[in-house]
Amino acid sequence: MKTSLRNIKRGTGLSAAVLGASALVLTACGAPPAEEGGSGSPAAEATDYRGCIVSDSGGFDDRSFNQSSYEGLKMAEQDLGIKISEAESQAETDFGPNVDAMVQADCNMILTVGFLLGDVTKEAAADNPETNFAIVDYSDPEFTDNVKPIIYDTAQAAFLAGYAAAATSETGKVATYGGMNIPTVTIFMDGFADGVDYYNKQKDANVELLGWDKKSQNGTFVGNFEDQGKGKTNTLNFINEGADIIMPVAGPVGLGTLDAVIEANADGKDAKVVWVDSDGYETAGKAEEFILTSVMKLMGNAVEDVIKTDTEGKFDSTPYVGTLENGGVALAPFHDLDAAVSDDTKSELETIKKAIISGDIKVESKASPQQ
Amino acid sequence: MSADEPGRQTRKRHERGSKSAVDGDEQRLVAAAELGDGTQPPPAVPATGESLHPELREQQSVMQRIVTGNALVSVLAVVLALIAGGILIALTNEEVARTSSYFFARPQDMLGAAWTAASEAYIALFQGSVFNSDGSTFARMIYPLTQTLTVATPLICAALGVALAFRAGLFNIGAQGQIIIGATLAAWVGFSWHLPVGLHLLLVILAGIVGGALWGGLVGLLKAKTGAHEVIVSIMLNYVAINLVLYLLTIPAFQRPGSTNPISPQLDETAMYPPLFGDTFRLHWGFIVAILATFFAWWLLNRSTIGFELRAVGSNPHAARTAGISVTKGYVIVMVLAGALAGLAGTAQVAGTEQVLTAGVAASFGFDAITVALLGRSTPWGTFAAGVLFGAFRAGGVTMQTNTGTAIDIVLVVQSLIVLFIAAPPLVRTIFRLPEPGQLTAKPRKTASTGGAA
Repeated sequence: MKTSLRNIKRGTGLSAAVLGASALVLTACGAPPAEEGGSGSPAAEATDYRGCIVSDSGGFDDRSFNQSSYEGLKMAEQDLGIKISEAESQAETDFGPNVDAMVQADCNMILTVGFLLGDVTKEAAADNPETNFAIVDYSDPEFTDNVKPIIYDTAQAAFLAGYAAAATSETGKVATYGGMNIPTVTIFMDGFADGVDYYNKQKDANVELLGWDKKSQNGTFVGNFEDQGKGKTNTLNFINEGADIIMPVAGPVGLGTLDAVIEANADGKDAKVVWVDSDGYETAGKAEEFILTSVMKLMGNAVEDVIKTDTEGKFDSTPYVGTLENGGVALAPFHDLDAAVSDDTKSELETIKKAIISGDIKVESKASPQQ
Repeated sequence: MSADEPGRQTRKRHERGSKSAVDGDEQRLVAAAELGDGTQPPPAVPATGESLHPELREQQSVMQRIVTGNALVSVLAVVLALIAGGILIALTNEEVARTSSYFFARPQDMLGAAWTAASEAYIALFQGSVFNSDGSTFARMIYPLTQTLTVATPLICAALGVALAFRAGLFNIGAQGQIIIGATLAAWVGFSWHLPVGLHLLLVILAGIVGGALWGGLVGLLKAKTGAHEVIVSIMLNYVAINLVLYLLTIPAFQRPGSTNPISPQLDETAMYPPLFGDTFRLHWGFIVAILATFFAWWLLNRSTIGFELRAVGSNPHAARTAGISVTKGYVIVMVLAGALAGLAGTAQVAGTEQVLTAGVAASFGFDAITVALLGRSTPWGTFAAGVLFGAFRAGGVTMQTNTGTAIDIVLVVQSLIVLFIAAPPLVRTIFRLPEPGQLTAKPRKTASTGGAA
């Protein structure tokens, strides 16, 4: 008995090794995948300017801020003919070495992504005054004047999404959940909650928001930005509780929500999704017909802008704050679900947008950038 | 599942008298027990089990053989993994892909491109981990080496913990959780207490050790008292640890004043390991602590009574129990020690390089540590060397990525391949036509020559 078990184990080890080896051989036979490395196109070699980017542990394919920032740098490479270098961090221990490697690579501008890189960026900027830095989604009063923070008042666009969702909901219940309880996530949820509240006040309605309580700053969170299965479960729970519009603020976890919504619609329910960060209709890759709208954070444009100003020698360290006014944040079009949103609602959204820009409506979140 | 079950039975049977032993299994166990009962101190149980009764060696689990395998297999596994990694680098290279479309017309183009891609990547790996000849100053030239040692520091500490547990026959998957808890406690002492120089760092180190030891000891205790399997318990405790630190980072006591980001305040200057060679380098005194820890583990395993008992338990718990060694005590002790070492790794993180506590403070060190311990054949100095090697991979991977555009994931692939090859010694032996270890003493030359001819 014991011996046979051991033999099985040994057999498994061996076959695993053979499997691994044959996998290698198979890879050798197949066509090599296109490398997305930073070798760059030598065609547009107009300048010696080098823009560099260091991701946080999410990597450049996170369908969230790392990816959008990276795309911004790519755009700058194409449009401005600059050279780029990139360093993807696998873990937080890589941040310091990666930023240092970029300093050594003689980058003119080093772009870091996320609050986790805040300390590293602050130190590197203080040590290397000739190099310019920009950091996405983080600001620190102690930054030296060669750091430009790129931050977003996402709550403004989320407010519009909340209003649109409340106006479109047929069950009178909408829902949201986050990846983690961190400011860059909860700012979406705060804005969404305010938008729903505003609709209730204006229309004397009683649309309920599940998954987030703005007062206690607590709600439903997955606990990471990877577990799509949990995103799906959360969404199905919300749908069973009667919600028909769900906003996942969890990067790729939101794909689980799309799966759940596809299932729910196949079952005859009418569920929709509000996507975040980018226009989900174009980027999510599935369930486009159920995406009501998206709360967009247009990081790519901001990144390209910051680099453009720097190549022109006009770098300054005033934080770039993306708002509805400067188009840094926006509500995406309704695309396929255009008919689901009444014309009244659409014109009200325009009015609200103007009111937010003029300051008549104040969207406040604990997570909003302090200026 | 319980290790106690068969042991108790054996003891009962033994009490009934060795005459009644009919089962071959029992006879061997009794023989082993008598060996241990002798007045002379019994010979150390060799990790390889080479000198044990051949049939008894068969009893050793696959795990024991894997974790304490041949040194040559370790080295060859690294070589094989690097070759395979080089092939992968070449395959994913754009230039190689381009030239491969006309491979049959002009094969030298593709082969040349493949060679350039792989060699450039490995040269960058070397420049990023050992010596950078392009450095502007001497400090910059040797900076990579210090960087390697810096990354190696937590790896070595955590891997020593895993190795110790391996030697006692326990598969400690919980190093990740132990690092996290050690780091959490160390960081908390570091940023919320304000103490004079020296004392503060000492308490931070102590807090790290205590945190890790608690988390590891819990596994040992559950295994010893309830027979719960250590693999399951330690994996689950990893989740508990990560979610605990995620929760702690949402309460104001662990956040920076005026911020709700899940990141702790920086540790006090007095709580940090001082830099070993000045501020230019990131290498800190934690590395010296890692060397001391390695020495301690070596002494413990090879020179102390506890170490002997642990190895006996690891080689054959039934025999150890019959010989009067408390297996349960051994499990608790080794897990406390393993946890303490992992806690040191956590301290090296928060008080050495990171300076703050975040949810990702342990990176993947807890899991890499398993690989490092495997590669180091669970011996303290072997683990030390393997830790430095993995530190070099991690440090060099950064330069490889920035200089040549090779994805840093290739480093992970190489690391994983190393595990794969180590876990399958027959594969490595077949590739390099090495003789079976058992046949080595029986008919060494013949086997070798046959292998060569075939």
